[in-house]
Amino acid sequence: MSQIVFDAVRHGYRTKGRAEMVALSDVNLTVEQGEFVSLLGPSGCGKSTLLYLLGGFVPLQSGRILMEGKPVTGPGPDRGVVFQNFALFPWKTVRQNIAYGLERQGLTAQARTERVQQFIDMVQLRGFEDSFPSQLSGGMRQRVAIARTLAVDPRVLLMDEPFGALDAQTREIMHEELLAIMRRTPMTTIFVTHDVREAVYLSDRVAVMSSRPGRIKEVVTIDLGPRTGPDIMKSAKFNEYVEYLWSQVKTDAVKAMQ
Amino acid sequence: MRLIDFLIRWSPLAILALAWEAAPRLGLINPQSLPPLSVVAVSLWQLAASGDLLTNGLQSLWRLVAGLGLAILIGVPLGAAMASNRIVNVIVAPIARALYPMPKSALIPVLLLWLGLGNASKITLIFLGCLLPVLMSAYNGVRGVEPVMLWSARSFGRGPLSVLFGVAVPAAMPELLAGIRSALALSFVLLVSSEFLMARDGLGYLISFLGDGGAYAPMFAAVIVVSSLGFAADRLFLGLMRRMLAWRG
Ligand SMILES: Nc1ncnc2c1ncn2[C@@H]1O[C@H](COP(=O)(O)OP(=O)(O)O)[C@@H](O)[C@H]1O
Ligand SMILES: [Mg+2]
Repeated sequence: MSQIVFDAVRHGYRTKGRAEMVALSDVNLTVEQGEFVSLLGPSGCGKSTLLYLLGGFVPLQSGRILMEGKPVTGPGPDRGVVFQNFALFPWKTVRQNIAYGLERQGLTAQARTERVQQFIDMVQLRGFEDSFPSQLSGGMRQRVAIARTLAVDPRVLLMDEPFGALDAQTREIMHEELLAIMRRTPMTTIFVTHDVREAVYLSDRVAVMSSRPGRIKEVVTIDLGPRTGPDIMKSAKFNEYVEYLWSQVKTDAVKAMQ
Repeated sequence: MRLIDFLIRWSPLAILALAWEAAPRLGLINPQSLPPLSVVAVSLWQLAASGDLLTNGLQSLWRLVAGLGLAILIGVPLGAAMASNRIVNVIVAPIARALYPMPKSALIPVLLLWLGLGNASKITLIFLGCLLPVLMSAYNGVRGVEPVMLWSARSFGRGPLSVLFGVAVPAAMPELLAGIRSALALSFVLLVSSEFLMARDGLGYLISFLGDGGAYAPMFAAVIVVSSLGFAADRLFLGLMRRMLAWRG
C-alpha cells in the first residue's frame, strides 16, 4: 500500500457570479514511503490546491485521498506543512515558534526545551533563539518554519514552494540543508515548485502538471543516485532531465501567460 | 541637543500658558470668563487639598475602567467569533451594523430613566459606546489574518478555540489595539458628558457643579485635570501598545 494516494481527485473553485473554475481534474498519483516527489508546473496549475487537499485544509470535493490507507478528513500533525511565506507566528520568538507544535504532545517541559534546542541547532539558528521573525532574513525564517514542522516528527512533509521567496544564493544553501536533513532523517516529501532545476536536484520523482484544468501529465523518475553536492548539476544526465522537463512544462507555461 | 529638543517640543505649550496668564490680566479677555492661569493653578491646589479631586477622580476612573474593561472583555471574543464563525456572524452582524452609527449619547436619558444616577448608568453607557469600536476592530483584525497561519496552527493539532484565541487574536493584535485606543478616547467623552447630565459625583459632575455655581477658576482647574487624565491615559496606552507590538520590529 502506498503511503499517499490521490485517486481521481477533482477540484473546482466557485466564485460568486462566475462559472466554476476547474483547478484540478482527475489527478492520480501515489507516493511511496521515503520518496521525495516534486509537483512541477506553471503558476496557477493547481499545485497548491493539491497540497492543501492532502493537508486537509481544503475539503475534498470528489475522488479519494488516502494517507496511509485512511481518507484525509482534516489537518493533522501526521502531515507537516511548510508554506511559501513561512506562516510563522510573528509575535513569537524563534524558540516559541518551534515549541508551538510540541505543546500538545505530552512532553515534559524539560524534554520539550531539549527538543526545541535540538531543532534550532539542526537548522543552525543558535544565537537567534530569542529573535522575532521580523528580525530574521528570509532564509532564516524559512529555516525556523522547517524546524517547527520537523520538530513534531510528521509522517510526511508537504512543502509549498518553500524557497520561492528567497534569492538564488540563499535558495542554493537551503537546497543543501534540506538534502542534509533528508539524509539524516529520511522522510516522505511532496515538494511543490515551478523551478525545473530545483525539482530535478531534489527529487526521486517529478510529477509534471499541466494547467486548465490542472492534471498530472507525466511522472519522471530522476535517476541521479545519492546527491553528493551541487557538482551534480554540471553532469550531462542532470541537464538532460532539466531540458526534457522544461520542454514538458514550457507549453503550459506559455499557455498560462496568455 | 536633548535640551534643545525638549525646549522646542514644549515651547508651544509654554506660549499657550503665557497667553492664558497675560490675556485676562491685560483685559483682552474678561477675567470672569477666563481667570488667569495662576489663579486657576491656586484653585487646582485647593481642590486637590480639599480631597474633592481625589474622591471624584477615583469615581470617574472606576466608571471608565469598568465600562471599557467590559467592552474589551465582551467585544474581543465576540468580534473574533464573528470573524471565524458564520452562525455568530449571521446573528451579531446585523445588530452591530444597526447600532454602529447611532450616537451613544442619545442613550443618556434612557439610561438615566432605567438605571438612575449611580455607577450603573455611566458604566453601561461607556460599555455600549466602546463595545462597537472594540468589536469591529477584533472582527476586522481576525478576518485579515492570513489563512495559512491558521492552517499551520491546525496542522499542529490545535482545535478551533485554540486557533482563534492562540493565533488569530494575537495576529490581529495591531488592529485590535488601535481599536481599543480609539475606544479609550471615546470613553472619556462619554464619561464626562454622562457625568454632566446624570451624576452626583465624578469629574464631569464636578465641572458642571462648579460652573453652575459660578466658581470658574476651580471649574477650569477640573477641566485641566480631566484633559491631563485623558492625555496621560492615551500616552500610557501607547506605551503599552509599543511594548506589546515590539515583535513587529
Ligand atoms: N480560494 C480560491 N478561490 C478561487 N480560485 C482559486 C482559489 N485558490 C486558487 N484558485 C485558482 O485555482 C487555480 C489553481 O491555483 P493554485 O492551486 O494556487 O495553483 P498553483 O499553486 O499551481 O499556482 C488558479 O487559477 C487560482 O487562481
Ligand atoms: Mg501555489
